[in-house]
Amino acid sequence: MELRKDYFADVRKDGLHEIGQPRPRLDSPGHVTGKTAYFADRNFPGMLHLKMVRSPHHHARIRSIDTSEAEKHPGVVKILTAKDVPHNVYTILILIQIGPEDETVLADGKVRWKGEAVVAVLAETERAAQEAAAKVKVDYEVLPAVFDMEEALKPGAPLVNEYHGQNYYLYDSGECRKVRFGDVEAGFAGADHILEQSYQSSPIEHAPTETTGCVVVPESNDRFTCYTNTQAMFFTLDNASIILQMPGSKLHFVGGTVGGGFGGKVDVIVEPIAILAAKLTGRPVCFIYSREEEMQISSPRAAEKVVIKDGVMKDGRIVARKVTGYTDAGAYSRHSPYGAQKGAAHYPGPYTIPNVWIDTYCVYTNRTPSSAMRGFGVTIGDFALEVQMDKLARLIGMDPLEFRFINAYRDGDMKAHRQPTEGAALIECMQEASRAANWPVAEKYMAMSSYRKEA
Amino acid sequence: MAIRRGRGVAAINYPTGMNLGGDPTQALVHSTPTGNFMVTLSSVDLGQGMKQIMAQICAETIGVPTDRVVIDTADTDTGPHCMGTFASRGTHRAGNAVIQAAKEARQVMLEVAAEELEVNASDLETDGQGNIQVKGAPQKSISIFDVALSAHFKRGRSISGRGMFLIPRSYPEKETGAMKPSTCYAHACTVAEVEVDDETGEVTVLAVKNVFEIGRALNPKMVEQQLVGGSWMGISHALYETTEPYYPNRDHGGTDFNQYLMPGPGDLAKTEIIVLERPSADGPFGAKGPGEMCANPQIPAVANAVFDAVGVRVDTLPITPERILRALKAQAAG
Repeated sequence: MELRKDYFADVRKDGLHEIGQPRPRLDSPGHVTGKTAYFADRNFPGMLHLKMVRSPHHHARIRSIDTSEAEKHPGVVKILTAKDVPHNVYTILILIQIGPEDETVLADGKVRWKGEAVVAVLAETERAAQEAAAKVKVDYEVLPAVFDMEEALKPGAPLVNEYHGQNYYLYDSGECRKVRFGDVEAGFAGADHILEQSYQSSPIEHAPTETTGCVVVPESNDRFTCYTNTQAMFFTLDNASIILQMPGSKLHFVGGTVGGGFGGKVDVIVEPIAILAAKLTGRPVCFIYSREEEMQISSPRAAEKVVIKDGVMKDGRIVARKVTGYTDAGAYSRHSPYGAQKGAAHYPGPYTIPNVWIDTYCVYTNRTPSSAMRGFGVTIGDFALEVQMDKLARLIGMDPLEFRFINAYRDGDMKAHRQPTEGAALIECMQEASRAANWPVAEKYMAMSSYRKEA
Repeated sequence: MAIRRGRGVAAINYPTGMNLGGDPTQALVHSTPTGNFMVTLSSVDLGQGMKQIMAQICAETIGVPTDRVVIDTADTDTGPHCMGTFASRGTHRAGNAVIQAAKEARQVMLEVAAEELEVNASDLETDGQGNIQVKGAPQKSISIFDVALSAHFKRGRSISGRGMFLIPRSYPEKETGAMKPSTCYAHACTVAEVEVDDETGEVTVLAVKNVFEIGRALNPKMVEQQLVGGSWMGISHALYETTEPYYPNRDHGGTDFNQYLMPGPGDLAKTEIIVLERPSADGPFGAKGPGEMCANPQIPAVANAVFDAVGVRVDTLPITPERILRALKAQAAG
């Protein structure tokens, strides 16, 4: 790595003692010698193992659940269904007033994606829990499912989630989050070229080394200690408190070093049910995702579809940009309404464009609920935007890097969401990339600045 | 049939912290009787080294070496509220909370030192080595060890501080979308060089040159580890990863690391990282959050390089050999 201190030297004070020093991490020796303790390194006498019975169908009505055979299985201690969960219908962002509650801890009457948790089995060993889970009989009436976002938005599509009433998240602004800036149609009308393109991604897994999980211990003082690898301690504690209708003061969450998060450990999934199980059995409970559950059951990065329409002039100026973004939330909200909204704030990218129109939709389908993942709301949008930029440059016969200099945002420029640009540094990054990659651009671009007025 | 070379560029920005703000983090700082400093948080270290960075931030603010600071975190019985470690917010939000708490503790520390040295607190400075001295007269000094002992056993003062950082939540205007998503943005520009085998569709990323602007590299070695890892993840997103390879069809999803593909050691691109620092107005020592941003520019840069190499666009992620071959076939037919 190279630190290029010559950039922005006039707006930065150096000479600090501890900041800027490459101090060795105090936790590194533990990591590289295998001595760092993770939540799952804890073992407690009498600890039970929790395994989920999961839906084999993408969308189905539950006619009946029969746990009698499973209960007789050697080693089984307790079996939990929806009726055991005090506040079974929840949504995690309710803490910041983003509702409605739309998801069940354990399925109640219906399943909306393949893999949804239906019954929790607690047994003396992991194996016994697994074997007993296989003996739970659930009678399903399979319902039509929808997987394609465009299909889901059509009238008459199967309704994925009754708590929403339609297959998209309803923002206060309507069926999508909107940004309107300038007059996009006038911009297109005056453009030399129009380019409309569509981009698509599919779900992506966080693939942390350590799978999601927790160990819960009922303490003698009527409290519960939850050892967890959540990325958000109080967010998880407070949501657990709501789901369990248990005062937060009864809960003690202990985290530590997490073996990789990437956004995959901010859904509140394992903790509430494990705490409930510990409460109802009076014994320590361990609930850890298998690798298969981590891959296919835990929320992935949402699939997205991004449609970009640009109006561009022969001299390289983008004069109008319309973006329609679709985020595939799967069957439940989790963090997806937030992600789709973040996309609306991010478009049209780090460029100054006078006429902008943005609509971002959060769409429900019968697939594994998507949620937070490193950069969600932006990552796939950046793929779409920057491939579009390459296409536009080639369309008008311009160097792709020079084309970006022409449109790059600079301090003081008004963004589409009506905030003036501050602290821009895109131009300097491109100047350094031009040098480092030996990708020459015209001298006038190398003389540009994000913050200094040109002479 | 041939191996074809291409290169592509992408430039991006990325907001620091939760979109639209409203995501608080608190910190508490106190000294032990012998002048070590304990920072109490409930933030989570995901392996990126948050504890180390918080220790350096506290040390810089109080004016002691980093090894005099201990971080106690991720325990809801002791640590004050943190919204969580996500949204590139850890360093920015928790760092600001630690600075505020450490400043308050430093002030008490200087007041106690002033009483011991019989000078005004405003005339004192720290030397960064564990001592407090009179500005312009460094021979008149006292160790922080002695100041802490005095505070605890003689003067009855608590060398401690409370810190809180919150960017008030912004609510988007319904019709226009006017809003304040973030207070600072990191930036990046990546150039990727690839080879594409137009017979097999296989892509080899030869090199990625990443320029990142991150406000301030608080610990350059840790910045490097995060940016190199992110760059790898971006390439992985571009070419390999998905749990639903035939999306929107649900079948054929990988269930382990044999089926869910990511680049292995033999697939690593030559990775160059260059860091620029334009301090942000509200970041701890100007730092922004580069944690998410650093995995983004490689995806379009690789996509553009593939086009440069073989002249076909694959606008669906991941850019698999199958999709490249189908595109080449369509191009030949068209």
